[in-house]
Amino acid sequence: MRVPLSWLREYVDLPATETGRDIQAKLISAGLEVETVEQLGDGLKGPLVVGRVLTIEELEGFKKPIRFCTVDVGTANGSGEPQEIVCGARNFAVGDKVVVVLPGAELPGGFAIAARKTYGRTSHGMICSSDELGMGDDGTKGIIVLPPETEVGKDAIELLELVDEVLDIAVTANRGDCLSIRGVARETAIAYGLPLRDPALLDVPGPNAFGHPVQVSDPLGCDRFTARTVTGLDPETRSPIWLKRRLQKVGMRPISLAVDITNYVMMEVGQPLHAYDRSLVQGTIGVRRAGEGEKIVTLDGVTRTLHAEDLVITDDRGPIGLAGLMGGADTEIADHDDVENASTDVVIEAAHFDQVAIARTARRHKLSSEASRRFERGVDPMAAAAAAQRTVDLLVLLAGGTAEAGVTEVIAPSAPHTISVPANHPDKVAGVDYGRETVVRRLQEVGCDVYGQDELIVTVPSWRPDLTDPNDLAEEVIRLEGYENLPSTLPRPPAGRGLTQRQRLHRRVGRVLAGAGYVEAPNYPFIAEQVFDQFGLDADDPARRVVRLTNPLNDEEPALRTSLLPGLLGALRRNDGRGGHDLALFETGLVFHPREEQRVAVALPVDRRPTDEEIATLNAALPEQPRCVAVVLAGAREQAGWWGKGRPADWADTIEAARAVAREAGAELAVRQGQYGPWHPGRCAELVVVADGAERVVGHAGELHPRVIKALGLPARTAAMELDLDALERVGDGVPQAPRISSFPVATQDVALVVDEFVPHAEVEAALREGAGELLEGIRLFDVYENAEQLGDGRKSLAYALRFRAADRTLTVDEASAARDAALALAGERTGAVLRS
Amino acid sequence: MSAPNKSYDPVEVEALKPEEIERMRDEALAAFAAADSLDALQEAKVSHTGGTSPLALANREIGALPPHAKAAAGKLVGQARGAVNKGLAARQTELEAERDARVLVEEAVDVTLPYDRVPVGARHPLTTLSERIEDIFVAMGYEVAEGPQVEAEWFNFDALNIGPDHPARGEADTFFVQGPQGGTESGVVLRTHTSPVQIRSLLERELPVYVICPGRVYRTDELDATHTPVFHQVELLAVDEGLTMADLKGTLDHMVQSLFGEGMKTRLRPNFFPFTEPSAEMDMLCYVCKGTSVGNPDRPCRTCSSEGWIELGGCGMVNPKVLTACGVDPEKYSGFAFGFGIERMLMFRHNVEDMRDMVEGDVRFTRPFGMEI
Repeated sequence: MRVPLSWLREYVDLPATETGRDIQAKLISAGLEVETVEQLGDGLKGPLVVGRVLTIEELEGFKKPIRFCTVDVGTANGSGEPQEIVCGARNFAVGDKVVVVLPGAELPGGFAIAARKTYGRTSHGMICSSDELGMGDDGTKGIIVLPPETEVGKDAIELLELVDEVLDIAVTANRGDCLSIRGVARETAIAYGLPLRDPALLDVPGPNAFGHPVQVSDPLGCDRFTARTVTGLDPETRSPIWLKRRLQKVGMRPISLAVDITNYVMMEVGQPLHAYDRSLVQGTIGVRRAGEGEKIVTLDGVTRTLHAEDLVITDDRGPIGLAGLMGGADTEIADHDDVENASTDVVIEAAHFDQVAIARTARRHKLSSEASRRFERGVDPMAAAAAAQRTVDLLVLLAGGTAEAGVTEVIAPSAPHTISVPANHPDKVAGVDYGRETVVRRLQEVGCDVYGQDELIVTVPSWRPDLTDPNDLAEEVIRLEGYENLPSTLPRPPAGRGLTQRQRLHRRVGRVLAGAGYVEAPNYPFIAEQVFDQFGLDADDPARRVVRLTNPLNDEEPALRTSLLPGLLGALRRNDGRGGHDLALFETGLVFHPREEQRVAVALPVDRRPTDEEIATLNAALPEQPRCVAVVLAGAREQAGWWGKGRPADWADTIEAARAVAREAGAELAVRQGQYGPWHPGRCAELVVVADGAERVVGHAGELHPRVIKALGLPARTAAMELDLDALERVGDGVPQAPRISSFPVATQDVALVVDEFVPHAEVEAALREGAGELLEGIRLFDVYENAEQLGDGRKSLAYALRFRAADRTLTVDEASAARDAALALAGERTGAVLRS
Repeated sequence: MSAPNKSYDPVEVEALKPEEIERMRDEALAAFAAADSLDALQEAKVSHTGGTSPLALANREIGALPPHAKAAAGKLVGQARGAVNKGLAARQTELEAERDARVLVEEAVDVTLPYDRVPVGARHPLTTLSERIEDIFVAMGYEVAEGPQVEAEWFNFDALNIGPDHPARGEADTFFVQGPQGGTESGVVLRTHTSPVQIRSLLERELPVYVICPGRVYRTDELDATHTPVFHQVELLAVDEGLTMADLKGTLDHMVQSLFGEGMKTRLRPNFFPFTEPSAEMDMLCYVCKGTSVGNPDRPCRTCSSEGWIELGGCGMVNPKVLTACGVDPEKYSGFAFGFGIERMLMFRHNVEDMRDMVEGDVRFTRPFGMEI
């Protein structure tokens, strides 16, 4: 809401010395978010005067039409001679009154005016457009042509009220009353402790039977409808300058006198109004819900199909307006440009519609108007009659109309809203001892009627429908007493239990990966589903089942991720494209998997706690959202340097990252040869845990498939790992157990085993471990060797160091050898391993 | 060594002359002193203490002396040999020390060489700043609560007193999730704030509830220098008997003091949110200029645009309607809540100029933030 100070001061006698900034500070502290104070006419310096165009000479031979004019500016130029001015605009004629800026003046933006040669003549000043004067849109996009009665030589700065301050207020959704000068003036008056001259306090004639007939069939949707008629409007009368200027300052475009007046009154008192051309309205004006599928063409020229809940205004033909939102084209008051058909008789509607009905219709038709914004946020129902009266008065005064004696008022009976609240309630909310007297005084300032002693019965004013509960009243008291005066105290929460295991694991995983050289790169979860094709996923891969958005920011990426990799690989590519080629990135975050059976999440009641079943039903409508962790690598994992050669990142790094994460989770992670989606079929590990006795694949790691690398434009040999962190957390054993440390000497035995090249090390090691029994303290693979000549084709040698130790004695050579032999025997049996000769 | 000469011939044996022995000793010592390396010393050692050295030979001759001369000669040679051995040991120590010193010098390295073999990693500052804030409250006894990011509208709106027709619901710039069979009605959204976690906390936890809810939230804003459709909030909720707005103020003051140092404070300005009543906008004192830039054009402050205050977020007393929806008796309990954006705080606390830097995952942006901030 834009509020010109000049208009505000009409209703509150603010001290003349108060600047816009001063008022801003006061209103902010009272709760109105005054975002800016616009200084209109800042830097404007006269002489800027009214002139009358005497002659126009069209200059030929230029690329665009140019006029050389003489203008009578009275004695404003000192000489009284006509002022010679070159002008490029064409929307004026000889005899028109225009605004002339004379040499020596300065326009907003530091534009100094001097006599200057242009188009072969000397121009002594300028004929001004509204843009040049910083006035806002007047709809002409040309020179300002003033009403013919304007006095020549008059100071135009004053005439056009060019110097002013405008408060721009972001009105919150609860304060519909402050979408008017009246409401802001009331807040200002309270903040300054000054009286308010209420523009809605008017003498209004009582309703009678002669007004335009109105039939309200839906009193819940429309509890108040006032209709007034004004006849004999002069179709040639334009809006006076002051009216146009005020509309421009609040950000509206002047259109025609009748429309300007309804807009003006809406801005002044906050009541949306509509003017119908009476000659076009057929019979009784009605208010009802629309028939499903009924149609209307609204003022904006759009044909709208109506919903059975939409409130419409009708005449005998059917809908002539969307109630509280926008009028229909059929009964629109015609513009001045069409003087022949211009409206001379109008019916004024000042009605009060249900907030919810208007909000729904606005949403349904994706239509928002100045009227609907106000109705949605709450309009003072008691101001309707006054607003209608004010409109009638202005039409009579400015458009030469005659007010008909008929006054129609349809009112559904209602009682004012009262709230019962303990007098000390604001004190308890604030933690401040205000006392009853202060509480009552502040509530009265807001406009409440207050009765009672310890328990107050508070009747809220009609313009504050947002005040419904005791806390609303508490807020009024506390804000007027000043939020800045609240003391600062600390509550004493009960002892907490710290972070949960899941939260601690999440932090640890981040630290361990960052410690290993990975940089965290959190990505948006929005993905394009083609990525699954690029990943080479099977048609029935579960990862292809996605949650989709109805209104994605980017139509190409309508789905939510089921894997962190698309986003993380995007970040890798971005870094690579920016010249960073040795990359190790990680991300932890949620992925989203739709449930097998998809349901709609219903709205539960809010007047009680939902039952556990209801909550469970709601949760069952949400996708599963496990937390995952992923890493991606490319380029060098170890840099070359003075110490020697570097090492490229490869599949092994990703598996090491997975093991590091699993270690943090305390989870036993098995690594198996696997084949999945985007990974290189020969360089992919399946990451497995045992949960509830069953094996479960919780992720994959390895080098990416060359086809995927090509399709996604990634660096060669890019490697990646992804793990379900929540699944790891569930199988992790929480409390590590201390091992028994033996101080007896160790017996080491090295063995080299030859196996078929496709036998995985993990199987050999597992067999050795199991076969060696409990004397085995540790086992480590220290060499892998392939040599067809020595080992035979398709064979490889795995060399292990075995460490044996007993808890209670020094092992004999025979004992260690026996354990080793048992290990070899089992490895031989399970994997075909033979001792290398 | 040959066997001692027991059948000596007194006629043929000349007595050992003391000056000869001394000469042998001195020659040996001189040779040691002259040895300039451990190898040279080894040679001298062989020459002067070995089996064929003059002193060894002299020693052997003692056996051939007449019994009365043996003792004196023995003493003479023994003393000489003792002196020689001592001299040898001393020189040995000396030369070894010299060698060791030389080797250490030779082994010296350029310690200024870089060692960036594995480049350092880092955690994202949005993560670490969020954790920093969590820790402040965990230290006070609060617990960290989390919830789903794809959330039911009831949790995201209705339970927070944002009914289906509330204007704030339309202003929330919500991402909507498709319904079953691609329908538009699902009742599910990407949460627009972390406030649904407050609802879940009130439903799931025992009273009193003191929780801090960090997390990702979503709004349909295009990414630009100051907006991102995916951002992070931290919200706090306290519900207990007798909580007041003064407690809210004190809690906020404590937080900004913990994050920005002593003397910091917050300011509340009335505002409106459906889920709190009374509601307020919260500002913190500018931690750079501490308000001194206000009305002081000579010392403008970039951080607060010379406003003296930095806008932080929204807060208020939990609307009793929200408590009711969660089954908490508003007659007995009251609560306060606040929430703010981590991105914004990161921007003004760490001079981040462009929101895009926080979302693009460029390692050059993230690395300097290390493990904690």
